[in-house]
Amino acid sequence: MLEPLEGSQAIAHAVALARPGVVAAYPITPQTHIVEHIAKLVADNRLRCEYVSVESEFSAATVALGAAAAGCRAYTATASQGLLLMAEVLFNIAGLRIPLVMTCANRAVSAPINIWNDHQDAMALRDAGWIQLYCASNQEAIDTTIQAFLLAERLELPVMVCVDGYILTHTLEGVSLPTQEEVDHFLPPYTFAHTLDSRQPLTLGTMVAPDHFTEIRYAHDQAMYQALAAIEEVDAAYAGITGRASGGVLEVDGPDDARIGVLCLGAVHGTLWEGREQARNLPPAKLIKLRALRPFPEAALRQALAGLSDVVVLERAFSPGAGGIVAAEVCRALYGTSTTPRIHSAVMGLGGRDIPLEAWQQVLALAQGPSRGATVILDLIPDHLEDGIA
Amino acid sequence: MNNTAALRDMSSIRQQQSRFEGLTPGHRACQGCGQALAARLVLESSGPDVVVANATGCLEVFTTAWPQSAWTIPWMHSVFSNTAALAAGMEAAFKARDISTKVLAFAGDGGTFDIGFQALSGMIERGHNVLFVCYDNEAYMNTGVQRSSSTPVAAATTTSPAGIARTGKRHLKKDIVAIIAAHCMPYAATASVAYPNDLKDKVRRGIQTPGPAFLMIHSPCPLGWMHDSAKGIEVARLGVETGLVPLIEMEYGQQTSAMPLRRVRPVVDYLKPQGRFRHLFADDPMARQELAHLQALADHNIAHYGLQESQPESGDSHAAASVRRGTVAVVPPGAV
Repeated sequence: MLEPLEGSQAIAHAVALARPGVVAAYPITPQTHIVEHIAKLVADNRLRCEYVSVESEFSAATVALGAAAAGCRAYTATASQGLLLMAEVLFNIAGLRIPLVMTCANRAVSAPINIWNDHQDAMALRDAGWIQLYCASNQEAIDTTIQAFLLAERLELPVMVCVDGYILTHTLEGVSLPTQEEVDHFLPPYTFAHTLDSRQPLTLGTMVAPDHFTEIRYAHDQAMYQALAAIEEVDAAYAGITGRASGGVLEVDGPDDARIGVLCLGAVHGTLWEGREQARNLPPAKLIKLRALRPFPEAALRQALAGLSDVVVLERAFSPGAGGIVAAEVCRALYGTSTTPRIHSAVMGLGGRDIPLEAWQQVLALAQGPSRGATVILDLIPDHLEDGIA
Repeated sequence: MNNTAALRDMSSIRQQQSRFEGLTPGHRACQGCGQALAARLVLESSGPDVVVANATGCLEVFTTAWPQSAWTIPWMHSVFSNTAALAAGMEAAFKARDISTKVLAFAGDGGTFDIGFQALSGMIERGHNVLFVCYDNEAYMNTGVQRSSSTPVAAATTTSPAGIARTGKRHLKKDIVAIIAAHCMPYAATASVAYPNDLKDKVRRGIQTPGPAFLMIHSPCPLGWMHDSAKGIEVARLGVETGLVPLIEMEYGQQTSAMPLRRVRPVVDYLKPQGRFRHLFADDPMARQELAHLQALADHNIAHYGLQESQPESGDSHAAASVRRGTVAVVPPGAV
């Protein structure tokens, strides 16, 4: 049965269904509704956990880390500036191989200060060693959040669940929550192998010199590659219980004879889907929803893009001075394959600029036009450049 | 049995007493490291049912050269500035799991006074059941003796060097204990490695406090303070005897004890053995002014904390090193 829930509320319920022992939270727009809903669930005794209202995101990530190391299922959530403030701890959590789950309510990064959605925050933490999964809908946010705990615990890796700020977090959608019994079956109680326990003392977070450092980093990298299969397996296992999958590492939709592909991350997938539905006179095109940015699914991507002549990579972030971030990664994945499609790097929707249904026409025009060589901002308003720098 | 034999017998009884060794020998600390001694004493007093969250710094570096570890208790290091939050997370998990193990946090003065201060303030405000131990050696020793907000005024460090235009650090040591105590803190105390019995008593009191507790241990660093590494305890004791390092306890913001000074020494006795204050003994008016400043700070401490003791010294070595307790402060309503 579908019930209308705001994205944040839905995520809060998903977290509660996972039965965390500790939730650490510091408010930041647009993550606030998530941690507010969790606080209310705790206040109403619908979730029994230690809810720690910390004094910064830096401490939110750290409390979750300490709690996970001390044997609890732990959760936190943040966005934008908060994610960047956490950065040092996030690298540390991953390097220590601590399983925990965090929601990132994706938001632009200052300056200029802007509270609306894009993906610059999570992209900046791409190399932190976390699994990063992007959600295209509130239903996916629920399902991915619950899956994330199992993934984290199976792989001893932290998982960041990326949901578009406002577009998902503040939007009502008809969603289906799994039952507690279903989640308990899917996600059994867990004991971290390196739990801090005074009866079995362990030393965690030691100084590692050049003689061992490379090997520990290598093991982390290997675990991330193993996560590719695990993401697929966990998604399938979840579908086995609830009847819903979220798309594994990536999902392709479109006619087999299509020669054009459009790759995107997050909620813009729904906009592009609808745009394609409404513009039936345009050439057929496949939509590729990239769910896992880390680990990066190179093999699955080569398979998904095989036979295409043109692929537009549409992103809500870029690297100043270098262009599209995911586009560069797609190029790397395809480099050296026999029939490499042309890759068109496109950026839209920065700082919450609305991406309309007509974006589909723009994207297809880009695919059919000459190679531009550089990343194109499809919704740039040249007149606004005259207003100067904020 | 004559006296000498009795004493020998006593000393062997002492040696045979089992002492919990949470920090084992063989680590890589410098000769005469005050922090290594202090950490050993803290764990000797706490016993094995603890978990330690440790900040980045010397203590982390010299005890955990992978794949070795000098710790026999569960111990974890994350980053420099988050130690109190790490301890808070552990404590929250133990609470959720109904585990009674006490959580300790270890940090240096940099990780307490400066970069770790925000997390520490938050941990205390939220009332986590954690004993936070600050090993205060008054500078960033691990990175090569740079000044911190704990460095005493006029001390030379590599970032507050003495020269023609400067007499070392230009700013006062931050009064961290007063700031901590102002959180309506159940227990905040200072100790010194020169007074191990007092130190261990205060660890026990901190452990028994069912909420946040803070203990700052004055810990000499021969490298940074530039004194003979065999003289660390003497130097630390002089710090206390001059009044520059008051050993006190605070409960809910009120001072409840002070280590009495039966013979107050002039600050120069403490400053002279340390190279970091060498420039203060030059024939220079600025140096003389700073010496007078340091003496005034010690005099202020003696008056402010009521350190002066007129009664004769006790013959009992333990009593001599123990604090004079006043009445316990009234616990404010609603306090932890």
